[in-house]
Amino acid sequence: MNAWPFVIAAWALTVGASAVLAGLSYAGMRRAEAAAEALRRR
Amino acid sequence: MQTLHALANPARFLKIARPLTPATLWTGVVLIAVGAWAALTRTPPDYLQGESVRILYIHVPTAWLGMGAWSGIAVSSIVYLVWRHPLAHVAARAIAAPGALFAALCLATGSIWGRPTWGTWWQWDGRLTSMLLLFFVYLAYIALARADADRGGDGRIPALFGVAGTVLLPIIRYSVVWWNTLHQGPSITLAGSSIDSALLWPLALTLPGFTLFFAGVVLMRMRSMLARGRVEARMRRMAA
Repeated sequence: MNAWPFVIAAWALTVGASAVLAGLSYAGMRRAEAAAEALRRR
Repeated sequence: MQTLHALANPARFLKIARPLTPATLWTGVVLIAVGAWAALTRTPPDYLQGESVRILYIHVPTAWLGMGAWSGIAVSSIVYLVWRHPLAHVAARAIAAPGALFAALCLATGSIWGRPTWGTWWQWDGRLTSMLLLFFVYLAYIALARADADRGGDGRIPALFGVAGTVLLPIIRYSVVWWNTLHQGPSITLAGSSIDSALLWPLALTLPGFTLFFAGVVLMRMRSMLARGRVEARMRRMAA
């Protein structure tokens, strides 16, 4: 059995999911810190 | 302990967390990228597993983080329960979702590895079943922490659950020793490794790489929770 499709699938899943996690965490952090800063300036 | 209490001040924590967030995240990304290049191009196939051994370089870090993250939740929960450290509660909640994701990735990568190696996607053996249980325990913790926050709870119930959940960690760790499982026994122990160094070295890049990446994500989530807390507190003051 050619294992390369399994290797690529496992790596793509892990790297893709990690990138989505980092992207969502970054967007959430920026949004929350911007809201806190805007409220502080009011 | 003095350092711990010094960090209880969110402003002091943020002063450290702001430069630490990109440093941990990007160091992790670089290590993962170099580790991926090494794992996919610079190591020979295993004499038994063939090319599927290359899944090991992500499966081991995801398993380490899936279990290590729960240890983080447990330690944070104890710190919160004993010393009422406000950041410990935030840390435990920030760790939970990434921990659940990495536990799920551990199960998924193990399953993808199992198909060409064992000839099956899934087996209800001790290691796989106990890891699946840990994933469900993560989901229960996330739901409990959210429900507790929604009803204005003080975080003690999720913290107790965080401590109780640690009972699964030794079960997962020793499942391959206690029961006759399809999953292989421990390959890397404190005494050494049964994996040849020609195959092992990229793991020295991906393991710290994913760990630093995880730390960066947790710091971002903690900063986000602290900022949301500041907004909610200010809104309450303005409404009063």
